[in-house]
Amino acid sequence: MEPFKTLTSRTVVLPATNIDTDQIIPARFLTTTTRAGLGAHLFADWRYDSAGAPRSDFVLNQAHAAGCRVLVAGRNFGCGSSREHAPWALLDYGFRAVISTEIADIFRNNSLKNGLLPVVIDEATSAWLLAHAGAEVTLDVVSSTLTLPAGTRVPFPLEPFARHCLVEGVDELGFLLGRLGDIEAFERARCGRG
Amino acid sequence: MARAPQTLFDKVWQRHEVCAESAATPAVLYVDLHLIHEVTSPQAFAVLRGRGLRVRRPERTLATMDHSTPTTTAQVFGGAPIAIDAAARQVRELEENCARFGIELLGLKSAQRGIVHVIGPELGLTQPGMTIVCGDSHTSTHGALGALAFGIGTTEVGHVLATQCLLQRRPRTFAVNVSGALAPGVTAKDLILAIIGRLGVSGGTEHVIEYRGNTIAALGMEERMTVCNMSIEAGARAGMIAPDETTFAYLAGRPRAPAGDAWERSLAAWRELPSDPGARFDREVSIEATEVEPMITYGTNPGMVMPIGGHIPQRPGDPVFARALEYMGLNAGEPIKDQPVNVVFIGSCTNARLSDLRTAAALLRGRRIARGLTLLVVPGSQQVKRAAEAEGLDRVFLDAGAEWRESGCSMCLGMNGDVVGRGQYAISTSNRNFEGRQGPGARTLLASPLTAAASAVRGRVTDPRELA
Ligand code: SF4
Repeated sequence: MEPFKTLTSRTVVLPATNIDTDQIIPARFLTTTTRAGLGAHLFADWRYDSAGAPRSDFVLNQAHAAGCRVLVAGRNFGCGSSREHAPWALLDYGFRAVISTEIADIFRNNSLKNGLLPVVIDEATSAWLLAHAGAEVTLDVVSSTLTLPAGTRVPFPLEPFARHCLVEGVDELGFLLGRLGDIEAFERARCGRG
Repeated sequence: MARAPQTLFDKVWQRHEVCAESAATPAVLYVDLHLIHEVTSPQAFAVLRGRGLRVRRPERTLATMDHSTPTTTAQVFGGAPIAIDAAARQVRELEENCARFGIELLGLKSAQRGIVHVIGPELGLTQPGMTIVCGDSHTSTHGALGALAFGIGTTEVGHVLATQCLLQRRPRTFAVNVSGALAPGVTAKDLILAIIGRLGVSGGTEHVIEYRGNTIAALGMEERMTVCNMSIEAGARAGMIAPDETTFAYLAGRPRAPAGDAWERSLAAWRELPSDPGARFDREVSIEATEVEPMITYGTNPGMVMPIGGHIPQRPGDPVFARALEYMGLNAGEPIKDQPVNVVFIGSCTNARLSDLRTAAALLRGRRIARGLTLLVVPGSQQVKRAAEAEGLDRVFLDAGAEWRESGCSMCLGMNGDVVGRGQYAISTSNRNFEGRQGPGARTLLASPLTAAASAVRGRVTDPRELA
C-alpha cells in the first residue's frame, strides 16, 4: 500500500443516511474474482437508469464531482453486507476518504485495510459539510484531524495501529506473520489443556 | 480466589487472545473455525499466491458455495451449465483454490452443501465457546450456540488463511434482555425485527449483543439462530446466546460434534460459559416479548419496521424517509395490510431451516397460493431439503403452487439468477430490504415464514393470525 499521510480535496456529498454496501456495489457485480474495475459499478443503481444511461440528477454524474477524492455521507455509512468490494469500488473510482457521523464496523475495518480513510465526525461538522458540497478539506492522518476551509481543525478517531499502517504504507498481514511464534505457543498450550 | 464476574463474551474472548491488546496494537485473536464461500474468498487466495503463503491450518477452514450458485436442479445436478458465466467461474475458482490449498469443500453436488450459516450448526461444527469467522456479515448466526462469531472482509479472510488469527480491538458488550412469552402467530423473526426497530440499524455498532432472558431461553435452537442472524441489521457484528440444555441437545450426535469422552469434556467446558451473575455489560435494554406482534418492514432498511396491523409512520420534513417510501411505492400514514404482493420468498440463512419450512407448510397445507403470485421456497441446505422431503413438505409447497429449489442464498441477494422484478413487491423471510437487494428496482418486505405463507395465499400482506 502507498503511505497515506495527508489529502486535500473537494468533497462530494451524498446526504442519505444508512447507505448500505448493496448501494455502494450491488451484489450482481460481486461475481468477479479480482479487485480491479469495480469503480465502474460504484453506486450502479443510483448512477445509471434501467437502460444503463447515466442519471443526470445523481451527484457523481455532475461535472463538479470530477476529481473529488472525499465523500461526505449521512449517518451510518457502509452498513449491511461485509463485502470488501465496497471500499474496493470507492477506491477504484478515485475516493480516498469517507466522512460521516457514523460508519459501520465492518466497512470501516475493510476500508482501513485498503487505504480508504473512514472519518467519523460530530453532528455540527457533518451538518456543515453536508450543506457545503465541494468544500475543500484537508485530512491529516498523522494528527487525525480534518481541516475545514475556514481553517477549523476537527479531530477524528483513528485506531493507532491502523494509523501506523496507513502512514507507513504497511499492511496488517506482515504484523500477524511476525506473531507466528506466539500463535504456535498458543496452540501448543491449548493442546496441553486438552 | 474471587475473580470479577465475566460475560459470555468476556470468557470466549479471553480464551482466544494470543496476544492481548495494547494502546498501540489490537489483540491477536485466534480463530477456531473459518468458513469460506465462493464470493468473498477468491481475492484472499490471490494474496496467498502472490506472497507465496500456504494455508496455515487448513483443517480449521471449511468451504461451501451458496451465494452465486444457482438453485435450479438442472444447473446443480442435471449437467446444465451454470447460466451466469461469472458465477460459474467463481465456483470453479473455489474448487481450484480448495484443491490447491488443501481445504475441505462441500461442493455444488455435495449432499451437505448449503448456506454457510445453515451448515455450520447443522454439521455440529459450530460449538459453544468457539471463535468463528466468515467473509459474510451474517456469521453472527453462529452466536446462537454460544460462539463468538462475526463477519470479516476479504483481506481478513486472507489473514485467517495465512495465520489462523485476526487483529481485533475488543468490542463493547450489550445485553438485550427479553422477557415474557411470544403470543401465538408471533415468531422469533418478529421478535428480532421488533428488536431492530427498537435499537435502530446502527444501535449495536461496535458492540457484541448477548440476547438474554426467559424469552430467549424458551426459544428452540433454530429460532435462536434467526435472532442472532439479524444482529448485524442492528449494526452489531455479533450476537450471542448462552449455551444451555437446548444447545447441548441440538448438538448431541451431529457428525462433526465431539463424541464419547470428548463430548463429556466439552460439555463440562460449555457449562462454564454463560455470563456470571453480576457480570457487567456496557449497555443494556429490556424488551417485553408479550407485546411483540407479527412485524413487517415497509422501507429500505430493516429498522423501517412496523406491526403488521399498523400504519406506516409519517415523518414530514425527512427527505431520506420520503425517498425510501417513494422507492417502495408506499404512502406514509396508510396501513400496510392488504398491500398486493407479486413474489413470496421463503429462504435465506435467517429462515430456511426445517422448523421454518414446517411453519410455512403448516399454513399452506390444503391451500393454494394466489393467482399470478410466485412463491419460491429454497431450503437452507441440502440436508434441510432432504429432511423436508422426508416429511412430505415439498408436496405441500408444490401442491400449493410453489417452486421447490435446491439450497442456496437464492433471492436473498439477487446475484445467482433468482431475482425479483423491477417494481415488484416481494415478501421475503430474508434479512435485508435494501434498495435493489433482491434485484434492481425490487421492493422487499421482510417478514416471518408464517406471514410470508399467509400473504402468499391471499396475494396481499396478511396477518397470519387471520388464517390460523
Ligand atoms: S442467505 Fe442472504 S444473508 Fe444469508 S448468507 Fe446468503 S446472501 Fe447472505
